Amino acid sequence: MTAAVEGSPPLRMTRARRNALLQSEPVQGFALISPTFLYALILLVLPILVVIAHSFWTQHYLTIDRTFTLENYRVALTEPIYRDLLWRSLYISLTVSLFTVILAYPIAYFISFHGGRHKSLWLFLITIPFWTSYLLRVMSWKVILGYNGVLNSGLMGLGIIDEPSTALLYNSSAVIITLTHAWAAFAILPIFVSLEKVDRTLVEAATDLGDGPLRSFLRVTLPLSAPGVISAALIVMIPTVGDYVTPKLVGGKDGVMIANAIQAQFGKAANWPLGAALSVTTMLIVTLMAGATVLIIRALQRLAR
Amino acid sequence: MPEQPQIERPQSDRAQSDRAQSDRAMIEIRNVTRSYGSFKALDDASLTIREGEFFSLLGPSGCGKTTLLRMIAGFDNPTSGSIAVGGQPMEGIPANRRPTNMVFQSYAIFPHLNVEQNVAYGLKRLKLQGGEEKRRVEEALAQVSLTGLGKRLATELSGGQRQRVALARALVMRPKVLLLDEPLSALDKKLREQMQVELRRLQQAVGITFVLVTHDQYEALAMSDRIAVMFGGRIAQVASPKEIYQRPVNRQVADFLGGMNFVKAEIVEENGASLIVDTLGFGRVKTDKPKAFVRNGGAATLGIRPERLRVLWDNATAKFEVAGKVVERHYFGEITHLIVEIPGLEKPLSVTETNDFGADDIPVGTPIRLAYDPEALVAMGD
Repeated sequence: MTAAVEGSPPLRMTRARRNALLQSEPVQGFALISPTFLYALILLVLPILVVIAHSFWTQHYLTIDRTFTLENYRVALTEPIYRDLLWRSLYISLTVSLFTVILAYPIAYFISFHGGRHKSLWLFLITIPFWTSYLLRVMSWKVILGYNGVLNSGLMGLGIIDEPSTALLYNSSAVIITLTHAWAAFAILPIFVSLEKVDRTLVEAATDLGDGPLRSFLRVTLPLSAPGVISAALIVMIPTVGDYVTPKLVGGKDGVMIANAIQAQFGKAANWPLGAALSVTTMLIVTLMAGATVLIIRALQRLAR
Repeated sequence: MPEQPQIERPQSDRAQSDRAQSDRAMIEIRNVTRSYGSFKALDDASLTIREGEFFSLLGPSGCGKTTLLRMIAGFDNPTSGSIAVGGQPMEGIPANRRPTNMVFQSYAIFPHLNVEQNVAYGLKRLKLQGGEEKRRVEEALAQVSLTGLGKRLATELSGGQRQRVALARALVMRPKVLLLDEPLSALDKKLREQMQVELRRLQQAVGITFVLVTHDQYEALAMSDRIAVMFGGRIAQVASPKEIYQRPVNRQVADFLGGMNFVKAEIVEENGASLIVDTLGFGRVKTDKPKAFVRNGGAATLGIRPERLRVLWDNATAKFEVAGKVVERHYFGEITHLIVEIPGLEKPLSVTETNDFGADDIPVGTPIRLAYDPEALVAMGD
């Protein structure tokens, strides 16, 4: 009798506690994200830790010497070749994100403000290039920009130039053009979403208070769509710093970027620790650049007032 | 004993405005039609709004009142007809160059700016010299009792405060006409009633012509100098609140502005300004012939407001009375609605009585006599 009475309440409590635990929002939230979280942990965080560890080691032919050293970072930051490649990568990715945002904004604006009933059709049309492989799209730029390419024969046909220009392909401009085109859709979507959220009455209010179309755009629509511009810039900038296929295919010798050098260290040059140090350095610089971009756009937004 | 103040009972119930207004027209709307395909949002509307007037456009949703307001502001254009503000035709003038400012239904406060920046928004472009901008912003904030809240962010404001910011932002521009698109509909009842009084006071203080769009008849009655009642894109009646309430031109207007008992009548005689009609419940009645009265055969409709019927207690008598039986009683706190069946009337009469004499205790089924003033019976077109 007494034993039963003493025994049952704790049992009931654990069950109640377990139910409460299963029903609590944080637990449910963790349960929902756990597959993705585990996936990211195993395939993203662990490899990054391995890379960071390698960046402090040294390689002797096929063996890894695990004594701590900063030599790799010294090479990565002071060797002119790596420094130049890093600067070029940053320059290319910044230019690409700037052009992409500038070109994507009017398209997003048009769809959001003048798309009418056909908004989803327009968005659908924008995704069509993505039905083909990225490699095919890069190759097609090769066809357009090449020595016997569409652009050269077109310009010659119009009599603007006498012989094919070699300045179009195999340099950093070709990389910029190709990347700008490739990432356009990724910039259009976030800008479109933030423009959709701009209350149209606010634009009317600005007009009512005396602003013409340009002024109301600069004072209301643009500042309110800044979050979309920031995400578009980051979405384009972060991956393009480390792009490897595009410079390989259309970059030539002048368009080589840091990712190509990293690939070489892990491949032919067989210096994993240096490759790792270059990767980590690039990651850190990208982080700083992304932070700086957010701060600069915020400051511009404040200025617009 | 000190002399008691005496108030003289007004002889006529004809509407008299409290205020002398200028008779100069501020907004002239001439035969304005706005069509969307075959649908006419506004159908041949003509209207003159006077300078310094508090004017309301009243009607149910979809009656075209907001369309008309947006056309005055310049956000929409008439399909045909013309609009002039301050004597100047508005055709081809975009919204940003019109002498009107608007208070939007959603207030449209710029979320990325604080209160001060919101109010100063329209002034920035004028490039005012020597602290004039700051002075005008302060003045506008004081007008709407928001002094000291200039640094608040738009997101930190309550509904009532947002409304005041919207008002200040428009008033600071010193427009010829202030347009208000259902400005009080998002506020709760208490705040709404308080804002009605404040808006009216503000309008009298600044002397700007206010045009208010509302679907709330009490709001329109309480605030306006004149009201235009609209139905289905057409203007049904333009008059003072009292005139509209007491002498509605048709059943639709009468019904929209509070309760009204309708009584079928037979026209006996029609001469000049008056009508003599026969009714089943009220007998033979002589009433004023409304200006807009259009005779449609021998039939007409009489209307009487529920509060114009009085319960006769005990042995009290009146010159004009009808007898019936209470069939329903509804209690509303300060008043009681009695539904009274009158022999001969196809629909029972609705009667509103204040509760100070015990109307809330009249049992259902009681025979009852009601007094009325024949002047309160208004003839109207169907």
